[in-house]
Amino acid sequence: MSAGRSLEVRDVAKAFRARGSRGVSVQALRGVSLRVEPGEAVGLVGASGSGKTTLALLVLAAQRPSRGSIFFGETRVERLRGRALRAYRRDVQYVFQDPYAALNPLHTVAYALARPLANLRGLPDRDLPQEAAALLERVGLGPAEQFLPKLPHQLSGGQRQRVVIARALASRPKLLVADEPVSMLDVSLRAEILALLKDLQTSEGLSMLYITHDLLSARVATSRLVVLERGLVVEEGPTVHVLQHPQHPYTRRLIDAVPKLTSGGDVDGVSGGQRAAPGGRTEGGEEPGAGGAGA
Amino acid sequence: MALLEARGVDIVYRPPLGPPILAVRDVSLSVDTGEFVGLVGESGCGKSTLGYALTRMLRPPAHQTGGRVMFDGHDVTDLRGEALRRLRRRGLGLVLQSGMNALNPVRQIGKHFGDVMAGDGSSRRGERQDRMRSLLEQVGLDASVLARYPHELSGGMRQRVAIALVLSLEPRLIVFDEPTTALDVLVQAAVMDTIRSLQRATGFSALMISHDLGLVANATDRIVVMYAGRIVEDRAARTVVTEARHPYTRALLGCYGDPRADSVELRGIPGAPPDLSRQAAGCAYAPRCGLAQERCWQEEPALRRVGEAWVSCHRAEEPEAAPTAEAGPAPGAATVRG
Repeated sequence: MSAGRSLEVRDVAKAFRARGSRGVSVQALRGVSLRVEPGEAVGLVGASGSGKTTLALLVLAAQRPSRGSIFFGETRVERLRGRALRAYRRDVQYVFQDPYAALNPLHTVAYALARPLANLRGLPDRDLPQEAAALLERVGLGPAEQFLPKLPHQLSGGQRQRVVIARALASRPKLLVADEPVSMLDVSLRAEILALLKDLQTSEGLSMLYITHDLLSARVATSRLVVLERGLVVEEGPTVHVLQHPQHPYTRRLIDAVPKLTSGGDVDGVSGGQRAAPGGRTEGGEEPGAGGAGA
Repeated sequence: MALLEARGVDIVYRPPLGPPILAVRDVSLSVDTGEFVGLVGESGCGKSTLGYALTRMLRPPAHQTGGRVMFDGHDVTDLRGEALRRLRRRGLGLVLQSGMNALNPVRQIGKHFGDVMAGDGSSRRGERQDRMRSLLEQVGLDASVLARYPHELSGGMRQRVAIALVLSLEPRLIVFDEPTTALDVLVQAAVMDTIRSLQRATGFSALMISHDLGLVANATDRIVVMYAGRIVEDRAARTVVTEARHPYTRALLGCYGDPRADSVELRGIPGAPPDLSRQAAGCAYAPRCGLAQERCWQEEPALRRVGEAWVSCHRAEEPEAAPTAEAGPAPGAATVRG
């Protein structure tokens, strides 16, 4: 394996202008810096609207930053065009949140894996079946002959997500950007997908940017956390340290929101602490007036 | 007394192609007045189908082929038309997973309330306005949303509107079907808080359907666990962590952890729920169970009293099934540590 390259995001901002040029612009990111070292798994955590997915789009070169720059090794990501951009996309791949939407329902698993093998790796047709089978084995879907001819609807949610991961591995990437890869799956499948990602990360020296609002999955999948709130980094550090000694109130709110099972079934996590409702109010205090029982 | 009671309910899906699917088999479930019950299980275990049967919302290809549903002492199994509408107006509410899909995208929020209240027929316009404000306040929104369209609201706000709409009819029972699944963690926690404080304050009964045991165990009085169309465990929520006796319930508990702990071990459940178009002998959970024995493969366990709870497992009383026993994960279960 070649010496790894680190991802470095330097003071990146991104504004989206609302449709119609006079619309107000939305500041999705307001000056974010972070690093992912070769072979490292970094968790990017925050609630909806914190800018996590915007940052992923910038790292994937699907959008360009309004300010700042992104380096992958020596490469300036936001300046990539043409052939260099294609090469970059081989190195950096994306694992989607929703395995139901990320696979074309009309294409077999074999086809879904063959396209990146041909397009990004440039493999000849005769090698495709064998390489596709090897990818499936790597994500724990064996025997491959059983899965290659299947259509997405013939797979369970966990199997689909494995296919999505296999497809991301097809180009032999150095960095995986995994955007909420377990949030759409049953809790019973969470461990197996996280174990797979962790295994790929350690056995193949993959770097990973793991995006989530679920701190429990971030705990087991990452070694460092970056907490994003409204487009700004509010806290970062080693995962265990941040979770055990959160400094920022926003990090504490995210930790409190994880449903925890405590013996005695005590209300921990659901009613603990104060939370602002989307309207900006504090929850739970109102005395409901109308609506008594018994109609 | 039970406000809602289902006895021996069977539900079959008859798709146009392929064999019938036995989605719910012989399920009996009751919800007492003022009680908050959580109904949990993985996707495909029949919990939403059962919720639809309880609210009389089943539509073909789903058919209830057996059992009765009683509401407040009356058999509502065969209600149709106006009688069914009366039941919905006067007692039974439903909140669905996605607030977006429950609201009409081309009608302002105020019109939604108008529609629901017009069905009521009694109140005058001024009273209605006051009532809408008070309902919105109960769910933590202000009256400005009345003039807005659904797409102008966040997911959490839409779900609050859906809850306020249900409350407008002063239901005695509300069935919540995954009400927070589409929301992010902070909004989810806030909406759960709202539901719980409303339930305590107004005293409606509630059945909350969720795949997330961790979420409902914290909010409800009682937990009912479904697997492969049947109830496998039914017990007080506060005893779930310490006393759950069904291996499936315990496997679900293993999927959770405290992110702040010194060491975290998350487990999965190997395999997948069975294909319900085929009926196999024995316990439906046996293929995924770490405790399965000869008998489990041959004889389907009945739901029976075990201590204070109901459990359907042949081995529920054995020490190996005790929550304190370290039976370890079922064979082939993924484990991830952090």
